[in-house]
Amino acid sequence: MADILIDIQKLNKKYTLSSGILTANKRVVPAVNNVDLQIYRGETLGLVGESGCGKSTLARLITRLEKPSSGFICFKGENINSYDKVALKAYRRNVQLIFQDPYSSLNPRKSAFSIIKEPLIIHRTGDRDKRREAVLELMAKVGLTSEQANRYPHEFSGGQRQRIGIARALILKPELVIADEPVSALDVSIQAQILNLLKDLKQDFGLTYLFISHDLNVIRHMSDRIAVMYLGRIVELAENDDIYHHPLHPYTQLLLSAAPTCNPQKRKKPVTIKGEAKSESDQGCNFQNRCLDKLPVCEKQQPVLTEIENKRFCACHLGGLIKLQE
Amino acid sequence: MSPLLQIKELITVFDTNRGRIKAVDGVSLSLQAGETLGIVGESGCGKTMLALSIMRLIPTNGSIVGGTIFFQGQDLLKLSSAEIRAKRGSEIAMVFQEPMTSLNPVFRVGEQIAEAIRLHQKLSAQDARALSIAQLREVGIPEPERRAQDYPHQLSGGMRQRVMIAMAMSCHPQLLLADEPTTALDVTIQAQILDLIVDLKKKNNMAVILITHDLGVVAQAAQRVAVMYAGKIVENSEVAEIFANPLHPYTKGLIDSIPAKCDDSGDGRQKYLQTIPGSVPSLYDLAAGCRFQQRCPYADGQCKEQEPALAEIAPDHFIACWKAPDNQKNKSAS
Repeated sequence: MADILIDIQKLNKKYTLSSGILTANKRVVPAVNNVDLQIYRGETLGLVGESGCGKSTLARLITRLEKPSSGFICFKGENINSYDKVALKAYRRNVQLIFQDPYSSLNPRKSAFSIIKEPLIIHRTGDRDKRREAVLELMAKVGLTSEQANRYPHEFSGGQRQRIGIARALILKPELVIADEPVSALDVSIQAQILNLLKDLKQDFGLTYLFISHDLNVIRHMSDRIAVMYLGRIVELAENDDIYHHPLHPYTQLLLSAAPTCNPQKRKKPVTIKGEAKSESDQGCNFQNRCLDKLPVCEKQQPVLTEIENKRFCACHLGGLIKLQE
Repeated sequence: MSPLLQIKELITVFDTNRGRIKAVDGVSLSLQAGETLGIVGESGCGKTMLALSIMRLIPTNGSIVGGTIFFQGQDLLKLSSAEIRAKRGSEIAMVFQEPMTSLNPVFRVGEQIAEAIRLHQKLSAQDARALSIAQLREVGIPEPERRAQDYPHQLSGGMRQRVMIAMAMSCHPQLLLADEPTTALDVTIQAQILDLIVDLKKKNNMAVILITHDLGVVAQAAQRVAVMYAGKIVENSEVAEIFANPLHPYTKGLIDSIPAKCDDSGDGRQKYLQTIPGSVPSLYDLAAGCRFQQRCPYADGQCKEQEPALAEIAPDHFIACWKAPDNQKNKSAS
């Protein structure tokens, strides 16, 4: 477990918004705020949070589609922001993305075959025959037939398109795959097929996943460890079962209690959920305006992510002393 | 008691350049006053077109070619367009999925609610405005006087959906059609909006048709469930019955394909999810017989030839499947 693939230290990404053409006052949005996170080789790390909490920005920072405002991301001990062009290309070979929307993430003017083949050409891997062989072999693995190779994206259903996107990500045999909401655009019955496929591929190729989703059921099914993000910060990080059985952070508790369960017998009593994911003051804890157990200190100081028990991290002044609402 | 809404053999078709398709194909269902019916199905199964048919708001290339929709004893399909317009928004209201595109971006939200009110009630502009502020308060918007002055883009997704609900509720409809009201929202906001709909329903003894693809939402908020597949209702029963004892293989597949439930005690996670093989058939070339046959583990000769009709197989439990009795036997045997 000790083999760290990605090590993120004090990572920050700030975006500056100007509120209008004529106004000078600018607002700075900390999309990713002081994030420390490690991804171990061979695990699936689930990243969960509501829209706008910075999940996708984090994914873009790890793939270096964005540069951080401050902080480090190390891949096998090397800072990825110190990479030159050659090293960056090699890095991107090892870290691949699967996107949310299988409609907009595939070029409509290319056949499935050339979409999946393109990374091989960019990275100058193999010759014509070898590429063809590799693409067809991978297509079979992700559940596409060789007759479908020459079809175009519009001829495929949503689930099949997502299979193409997955094949494109895996063709270079990466070590880390970042799946950014890979199933949220799909219907339930198709979603299950894709989740099973991702699990199989992880085993076959020995992959490491960073699995991003807003769906707690999906995250629970896929992950070994789970990180919960709220307004740019990681508020809780723990093993899968620990998060679901004994959530420590009040936000995790809120998320879990808000998720609908498929059991009409266990209809939830309306939990007190107040407010929205929005920080109203610059000082103190991000979550204070929604927290039911707010202390005076929460208004002044931002809690830091600390290890509360073995391998359980939580960023809360109450340090996990809050009892789950019954 | 005669039902509030009774739909019989409704057929809605669309003429496209690839031919005519039946988006809603012989749907029958009924709804009592104050009841919540969940309609579940995958994208393209016709659930939205069913709701739009009730409102008679289907797009121009579509038409309703058969069936009846009785609402309070009156066939909505026989009404003139002026008569149906009087019902829309006052007796039957609708909330859409995307609150950003269904509000007008250039008017203040308070004015938009007041407009809906004045369309159906003879009120002065001032009274309508006071009423719209009262409505905003009713749906839990803080500082409604100030918020009424906001434009849609100044509100968050959850707030906009509350505005939509306030507008739908402003004339106290007997029937609310909610088409994926929480799909665009985050979980915590979704829970708030569902609570709000359930509350308002109780307070006003309003019937609700809740259209969603999320079985969890149905389990939380509905009393009855109708499962749709490729334009037809394949199963219809009480919510507890459907989840405890799903009889149609499609419903069963849908419930089984949900990843580990959050409330599982112990390590209830299986390695693999049950899946339904294949995907939804295209409405352009439907094979004869049952629409689910290609994906069904029980399909045989009869399923390929004849289309099953919705039949009551257990008390108050309707399904459209030839194999259901066997299916049930297998279950009790194992």
